[in-house]
Parts: sequence; C-alpha cells; structure tokens
Amino acid sequence: MAGRVKIFVPRETAALSMGADEVVAEMLAQGRLHGRDIELVRNGSWGMSWLEPLAEVIVNGERVAYGPVAADDVASLFQADFLSGGQHPLKMGATSAIPYLEKQDRWTFRRCGLIDPLSIEEYRGNGGFAGLEKAFELGAAGVLQELKASGLRGRGGAGFPTGIKWQTVADAAGEQKYIACNADEGDSGTFSDRMLMEGDPLTLIEGMLIAGFAVGANRGYVYLRSEYPLARTVFLKALAVARESGWLGKNIQGSGFDFDIDLHLGAGSYVCGEETAMLESLEGKAGLIRYKPPLPAIAGLFGKPTVVNNVVTLASVPEILVRGSEAYAALGTGRSKGTLAFQLAGNIRRGGLVEIAFGLTLRELIEDWGGGTFSGRDIRAVQIGGPLGAYFPQHLLDTPLDYEAFAALDGLIGHGGVVVFDDSVNMAAQARFAMEFCALESCGKCTPCRIGSVRGVEVIDRIVANENRDANLELLQELCDTMVDGSLCAMGGLTPFPVRSAVKYFPKDFEGSSAVQASAGVNK
Amino acid sequence: MAKTYDKAIATEIISSYGAKPELLVQILHAFVDRYSYISETAVRQIADELNLSRADVHGVVSFYHDFRTRPPGRHVVRICQAESCQAMGSRELTAHAERSLGVELNNTTADGEITLEPVYCLGNCACSPAMMVDRRVYGRVDNEKFDRLVKMRGH
Repeated sequence: MAGRVKIFVPRETAALSMGADEVVAEMLAQGRLHGRDIELVRNGSWGMSWLEPLAEVIVNGERVAYGPVAADDVASLFQADFLSGGQHPLKMGATSAIPYLEKQDRWTFRRCGLIDPLSIEEYRGNGGFAGLEKAFELGAAGVLQELKASGLRGRGGAGFPTGIKWQTVADAAGEQKYIACNADEGDSGTFSDRMLMEGDPLTLIEGMLIAGFAVGANRGYVYLRSEYPLARTVFLKALAVARESGWLGKNIQGSGFDFDIDLHLGAGSYVCGEETAMLESLEGKAGLIRYKPPLPAIAGLFGKPTVVNNVVTLASVPEILVRGSEAYAALGTGRSKGTLAFQLAGNIRRGGLVEIAFGLTLRELIEDWGGGTFSGRDIRAVQIGGPLGAYFPQHLLDTPLDYEAFAALDGLIGHGGVVVFDDSVNMAAQARFAMEFCALESCGKCTPCRIGSVRGVEVIDRIVANENRDANLELLQELCDTMVDGSLCAMGGLTPFPVRSAVKYFPKDFEGSSAVQASAGVNK
Repeated sequence: MAKTYDKAIATEIISSYGAKPELLVQILHAFVDRYSYISETAVRQIADELNLSRADVHGVVSFYHDFRTRPPGRHVVRICQAESCQAMGSRELTAHAERSLGVELNNTTADGEITLEPVYCLGNCACSPAMMVDRRVYGRVDNEKFDRLVKMRGH
C-alpha cells in the first residue's frame, strides 16, 4: 500500500458554493475504497474561482491541480490515478504554472491557497511574521518611513496614502489609539477581503500588529460584514491560534509590545462600509455617517485617534516591509504604486482574483485573464469599483488600471471589483438600480442622498416612459449635480457616476421599447 | 432552530457582552441567532439592561437589515440582487423563485417553511448568480438548481 497522500481542497466560500465539501466527502470515500491513506488539507483559494473546486495533489514535490471537480468526477480521478498526477480531462498541470496564476505578481496574496490558513507553522515557514519582525527592527518611525516610501494607498476604495494616514495617527495626542479594520466589503464584484480572511487570515493579523506598533495603538477591531459567515469562523480561529502562540496579547514574542484584536459583525448595511458610519456601528449605534472633520485619524473610534484601513491595505503591509518599499514602489504606474488584487466578476468566463501591478489595461485584465464573457456574447459594459463606479463601454476598455486615469474619466478603481455585462444588459435598468440601491442603503443623514436617490428612480422611470424626455433628462443631470456636490459621503456623492455613465455611453437604452422594459427591471 | 424567549437566558446573553451599550449591535446579533428575530419584549429588556431608551434600541434595530422584527420561516433563502449577479441573470432567477414559491421577496411561504429575501452581495461574484440558504452559499444558481436546493428543504 502506498504511503499517506495529501489532497488540497479549499475551504473557501466560492469553492464551497460550487460543492467543495461534497467533493471532499467523495474523495475520502473513494480513498477508503481504493485503500489509500489520504490527508485532506483545507487550504484557502488561489483565487482561480472558475476552477473551483480545485483539487491539488503533490507529485514530485510539486502541487498539481485538477479542476473544476464535481463530486461525480472523483471516481474517475481515482481511476486515472490522479494521486500520482495521472492524466484526466480536468488536469490543469502544475498549479504554479497555470497562466492565470503564473502571470500574477503576488505580494499580499502570496500565501493564499498555498497554506493551511490556520497553521502558524506553515505561516511561519512561508515568510509569515517576517514583516512584524522587520517592523520591530526598524522601529515605529522606520515603519512609517518605509510605508510612505512604498506609495501604498488605501485599497478600500478611496486610495488615500496609507503612510500619511498612519503618520497622522502616530502624531495625534493621546494615550489610547485604535486600529479599525474595515472588512465590510459590500461592493458587488468584490471578494478580496473575504478571500484573504478565509485563506490567509494571519496576514491581516500581522498587518494590524504592524499598524498598532507603528502608531502606538494596542487595540484593534475588525468590522466584518455579516454576509461572510465563513470568514468570521476562520478569522475567529486565527485570532485564537495567534493568541495561543504568543503572536497576540501581552508582550508579543518578548518584544514588550501588547496588542489584541476583537471581531465585530456588521448587520447588513452597505453604508457601514463608509469609514465614519463603520465607526458608529463599531460603537454599537446605527450606522449614520459623521461629518468630517475631524478625521478619524484625529478623533475616530470612541473619539480617539484611529487608523481606519481596509483588509487588503493592512494585509499588504507585511510583505512591503519584507521585500522593501523600493521594490514595491518600482511596480505600478504614476501615483498608483505596487499591486492591486483585482476581482473579475459578473458575466466573465474565468472569474477570480488577480493580483497584478497597476498599469495594465482593463481590456488585458478582462480578456487575458477573464477570457471574455461567460455567455460567449459580446461585452457591452463593465462596471469597475462597485455600485458607485461608472459603467465603461467597449471603447474605454483600453484605459490603464491606474487611480488617476480612471478618475479622469469619472470612473473609479475603488476596491478593484470588475463586473462584466454582455450585450443583453439594459443600461437604463442598471442606472435605475444605482439610484434604487442608494435609496435603500442611504443612512438618511443628508437630504441629497436620502431624497435625491428616490427622486432619481422616479425621473429615470419618467424618461424611459417617454414623459417629457428632454426636460427629465436635464432634470436627472441637475439631480446628479446636487447629489455629487451636496452629499456628505460617497454613497450619495458617487451614486450619480454609474447613472451618468449609463446615460452618456448608452443613450439608446433610455429610448423607445428597450427603455420601457427598464422600468420593470427586465433585461432585453 | 429558534428557541422560545426566556428572560433569564436573555439576561445571560446580555451579560456575556458585559451589558455594554457599545456592544448593542453584537448583542442584537446574538438575539437573532437564538430567537431568529428581535421581539418587542427583547427590545424592552435590552433597553433596560443596557440603560438605554427603547427608542435608542429601536433606532438601531430598524437601521440594520439583519435585525428582523418578525420571525422568519424555517429556512431563509436569500438571492443576491447586486450588479455582478444581475449580469448573470439574478433578476430572472428571482422572478422564478417568486413564481415557484408563490411569494414575493421579503415574504414567507404560507406553510411557514421559506422566507425569500434579497441580499446585496455575498462576495461570491466570480460564481454569480449567488444565493444563500440559511448559512450556506451557492454559486451559479439557475432555475433548475434553485428548485433542487429548495426541494431539499422539504418544499
């Protein structure tokens, strides 16, 4: 009988949603049937969601991938002796040589998919906590210097320079400071926070530790959306594992530095992803946004200086310290330095997570990685940056992925979500939805957002019903101006962008018979 | 499975969070986990024990989608309505679900088995359209898959 063999099948939401647990059960059953001693490792996902569930085995020291595996495929995989790398229609070859993965430049997600997410040994063995050790060596001022030099900007969507934010908190007066991690990843088309928290949660913990060390905070909070139950389970376990092994709590690894983290759940509110609404929610209140100033860096959680950063921002820090700010800043373009974990979603053939340097064009991302639409029809529109991002038509797909290049076109890179629509989409319906979603999720504090969004739905309905078209189109533009200029936060302030882009690039959808269907929310 | 309301246990839940008002959102989650919704009795007790007004607690309960004030059906089926899933036919899937269950979104079937709800992103956007049945997420849900998954739950 052959020795013990390892099989990797992710415990990750996308993989599970496509049947990973059923595949695992069948593999264990087939293993018994064939008298094989199998160790099933539940790793994170590599981010090749189109291949999930992706099963891997080790052949001659190399991970070999098979996917997408259905429970019904398992018997034939065993017949093909996949445990030894046997030929099978689902065989993808060596995991690291799959072009989708091989062509990426993985910094933040370098361990995601590779390791057992809850093994401190594997984390350590693959460079984990080296960033924190580097931070201890550099000292707080040195970390801030490195971070500023790296050019890292907030990956949650706003793109604010992280080093400057941290410096502000470090310089703020006061004994008590906080690190608040925003894991309220509500933008449709985004899942990088979830993937990291499920697949390599210790990296987030390490990033928060470094932030606490650099700014003088000893307490961190992670605000996680409730729609991510698995991320919650995994992250809570990761916190426990880190505490048990002395990487969280008092006097971390004998450094004299104390830090601990609490996980708080959101409760289904999109606007709580806005940093000040998130702070209100973390304080147990309704997620009404706050006026700024004061900035959260000066008066944030419970009125104390607070670093508010997205999951991916914090998780990017350890590797930047390990490889150095110079190497990070050498990647990217213009003021968009380093890498971003883009997420390919919607009507796309190869959906998943792609971490690459800024500067590539949107088309290269969608075609080279994404492989075009899932339906096989033509691409008609691409929404980048979530529900507050503009819809780009075909002719703008050659725009380089760069914060400033997108802003110049009234677009948004945001959190890196890319949602592809084929030619069956009705853009008047999408514009209406943008307003409808804003009406549903507005916190209600300011009038342009609360009322403007409701009026927006009504005006779009009148346009598509051909009631006073020209006057109503003009009214819609004015309403958009009011929302952009008068809203307190990005919810009301950016909702007009998808609406305007739909009107500008797809005017035909707001006319005639196709438009009538939009009011019913039906696609062509 | 939701349990019958018990004042002593409710007190235990609240004290397990140190009866801290800043943990109100977390406490409400714990109530929904146990009782499936936030009753008027619960609002009263939570307000008393956190030393908040009922209006304070009600304000938080009504702000968040997760805090239902009526008991749901035995199973909660949530279909994603956000853009990525729209691009893969979630509108049509929702229409199919409403037809086959005989209820509109935000309603419960007459036999009390299934509550059908919208959700705005489950983070499963590479495998749209997505749906959540109780705590489990499913990807690439078409009409046939919907029927199969919902039938598995005795409907």
